[in-house]
Amino acid sequence: MKHKLTIACSKANLTKIRQFISESLGEVNLNEVETHKMILAVDEICANMIIHSNHCNPTRKIDVIVEAEPANQVIFIIKDRGIRFDFNTYSEPSMDEIISSKRKGGVGLMLVKRIMDKIEFSTDKNYNICRLTKRLSP
Amino acid sequence: MVEINAITQGEHELISVKGEIDASSSIELDNALKEAAESGKKILIDLQELDYISSAGLGVFISYLEDLKKNNTQLVIFGLQEKVQEVFSILGLQHLMTIADSKQEAEQLLNEA
Repeated sequence: MKHKLTIACSKANLTKIRQFISESLGEVNLNEVETHKMILAVDEICANMIIHSNHCNPTRKIDVIVEAEPANQVIFIIKDRGIRFDFNTYSEPSMDEIISSKRKGGVGLMLVKRIMDKIEFSTDKNYNICRLTKRLSP
Repeated sequence: MVEINAITQGEHELISVKGEIDASSSIELDNALKEAAESGKKILIDLQELDYISSAGLGVFISYLEDLKKNNTQLVIFGLQEKVQEVFSILGLQHLMTIADSKQEAEQLLNEA
């Protein structure tokens, strides 16, 4: 099974992206809480790409791909042509730092790291590619 | 899409959140919390009809923790659906915020505080 959505870089489209992931995961046997967490992780990456990599420019597009083969895992691939995010230099802030700084951001990738089994960022031609892997329990 | 209603009930502000909070709608939660925090009253947040919250919404809650603590303002949230509760738990927010199961329990916690 492979599903693909290409959508404009607008924050308003996050709802459509979540709906797409939800429908794509409908074919996979998961409980509501697990499905919800995967939708959240993809939403976080898409929000980052839309806001930070593409500055909410609706003429730019992102691709969201869901692959559920082989059956023991689900892979989400999110691609854009915006500003590259360097995951290697990302250092996770502590919750104490986030609280004392009163900042409203900073926990998105933290959630993704705790939900997914593997996060990979790469570039291919002009594309930035984020690949999220979730292993499914037998 | 999110719908937020705020009313003053005696000694506390009650904020009811319905729908989904993501990067496009978190500003509405921020505005409601800002107003409630400035009122100086205790804050009760009803999340029974909250179906989804992303980091943008969680970030709004987190950004007020320091000021609420400094001003000794009590905040209790209640009625989280299991899937939403799980998201709070991933970040350990149940240790940083007061979370109640029901409105009755939440009011009791506010009154004790």
